Amino acid sequence: MASKFVYMDYNATTPLRPEVKDLMKDALDVYANASSMHESGRRARAEIEKARAQVASLIDASNPQTVYFTSGGSESNNTVFMTMYHLAKQGTRKKIITTAIEHPCVLNSAKYLQEEGFPVVFLQVDDDGRIDMERYRKELGPDVLLVSVMAANNEIGTVEDIAEITRLAKENGALVHTDATQAVGKIPVSVKEWNVDYLTMSCHKIYGPKGVGALYIRQGAPIEPLIRGGHQEAGVRAGTYNNLGIIGFGKAAELAKAELDEYREHVGVLRNRLRDKIKASIPHVRINGHPEFVLPNTLNVSFPGAEGESILLYLDLAGIQVSTGSACASGSLDPSHVLLATGLGPELAHGSIRFSLGKYTTEEEVDYVAAQLPPIIERLRKMSTVSAEDTLIQH
Amino acid sequence: MDAFQWLYSDVVKDHFTNPRNVYSPDEPFEADADGIVGNIKCGDQMMFMLKIENDVIKDVRWKTYGCASAIASTSMLSESIKDMNIREAYTIKPADIAAKLGGLPENKIHCSVLGDKALRAAIDKYLEKTGRAGAFKGEDAVVICTCLNITDKDIEEAVKAGARDWHQLQEATKIGTVCGGCKVKAEELLHEFSHIYS
Repeated sequence: MASKFVYMDYNATTPLRPEVKDLMKDALDVYANASSMHESGRRARAEIEKARAQVASLIDASNPQTVYFTSGGSESNNTVFMTMYHLAKQGTRKKIITTAIEHPCVLNSAKYLQEEGFPVVFLQVDDDGRIDMERYRKELGPDVLLVSVMAANNEIGTVEDIAEITRLAKENGALVHTDATQAVGKIPVSVKEWNVDYLTMSCHKIYGPKGVGALYIRQGAPIEPLIRGGHQEAGVRAGTYNNLGIIGFGKAAELAKAELDEYREHVGVLRNRLRDKIKASIPHVRINGHPEFVLPNTLNVSFPGAEGESILLYLDLAGIQVSTGSACASGSLDPSHVLLATGLGPELAHGSIRFSLGKYTTEEEVDYVAAQLPPIIERLRKMSTVSAEDTLIQH
Repeated sequence: MDAFQWLYSDVVKDHFTNPRNVYSPDEPFEADADGIVGNIKCGDQMMFMLKIENDVIKDVRWKTYGCASAIASTSMLSESIKDMNIREAYTIKPADIAAKLGGLPENKIHCSVLGDKALRAAIDKYLEKTGRAGAFKGEDAVVICTCLNITDKDIEEAVKAGARDWHQLQEATKIGTVCGGCKVKAEELLHEFSHIYS
């Protein structure tokens, strides 16, 4: 174990913040079934409803009853796509428009609908990861059932123009979903301004516990339960309430909202510091993602000539935790689908590292990472069969 | 070996952090033969350079664009073949190296298969140079299709010649046309070799 320990993988997940942890310790005793009519049940239910209001407030939803608790982002996304499956079977609108850079749970849900015979379009993105709006406009029409575009990308941090995407979809009468798992708590998220029908969020990305998330469903938007059973969550999502997780989610959401401006300033300054130091100390690097419309905490860099998993593990030995778009780390032969979609060649995608910073990242940590990185890259490039310079030029 | 421990097995960590016999552009190395396999598009590529005297490997250097398993296993391989006869070196298999490293997790085995192939490519070149092209062919072969006595080497050659799917492989080798019992194993090899020779 290295003496230093620097966690820079906040987009993968975040640590539980102390305020949430303390509250959850007390909440361990909120054992009652929140559906029970008796006093302890009503008390538990009150805690759940408080959390619902806190989560609703974070995404600027005026009616807390539009927030439905789930087990996390994957379940929320699956619920939307299974609803579309039912609607597409019955109605005339059958087409789904999504993007090539979605999280696997959206991509695979969309592919499932495709396998079931419904038309699905995976929109391509530009070099910076923003969707091709020209193509999007052309794909819209009276046959479109759902448009699903992620609010911010987990790997490169690019933020999409959800308000404009929704406006165009609504002109065509389509439903709109956004997977805002990475956006919530990092940038302002407003279901009012975005005007979406469905919005997915996850608690463990905002310093809360894992295993809990939510789906915002605009009042009146169609929904079909993924998990059938009791009457919890107005029949939309059955299963006894996860008191502990939901209470933790509420607190995490409340704090994320209160600290949003402070957070953006903090991680933004540090992310830019890391980016500038890397550019100054390592030749032939490429910064991936949009220069302006990007999450303030995310920095994705390609180091051509050096393989990503090797970089990751040398950093790991130095106590630094990051992630990579390299195939080797994923167990498949293909590098990151997101980086490939931005037009990056596999030789640049395999050598990419994602640094995702968080509220506990310090300047000292950034400087430590910036100091550890150059000799690692130099060493790997020296033993490489591939020239860094040529790879960049060819790109 | 669990997922947390594998990198930190002392042998793997040692070879990953201090890889042996890595080629350095700062140090001149006059190789008698070299071999390169793999494709950067698939994320890994390996090159071996050999100094050979009287069919004995006297010195070795290697380069890779590859992950930790590739680096550690190639480093280990490069140590094992010094002062070894090229005929013996030709028969080294990834499993031998993985065993010397104390084992690799299942999902990391595919990362360690390039080293021995680059080594064989270098030896093949040397044999060619010394007028003995193809002399060791078949020596390290394992029979995959027992009905027709078709080996992994035959599959490898077919892939090198362009076979990329089961149908093309059958056309090239007639593999699996009797009982078909070898199909799963053969397709695994087809996939592996396609990755290396694409």
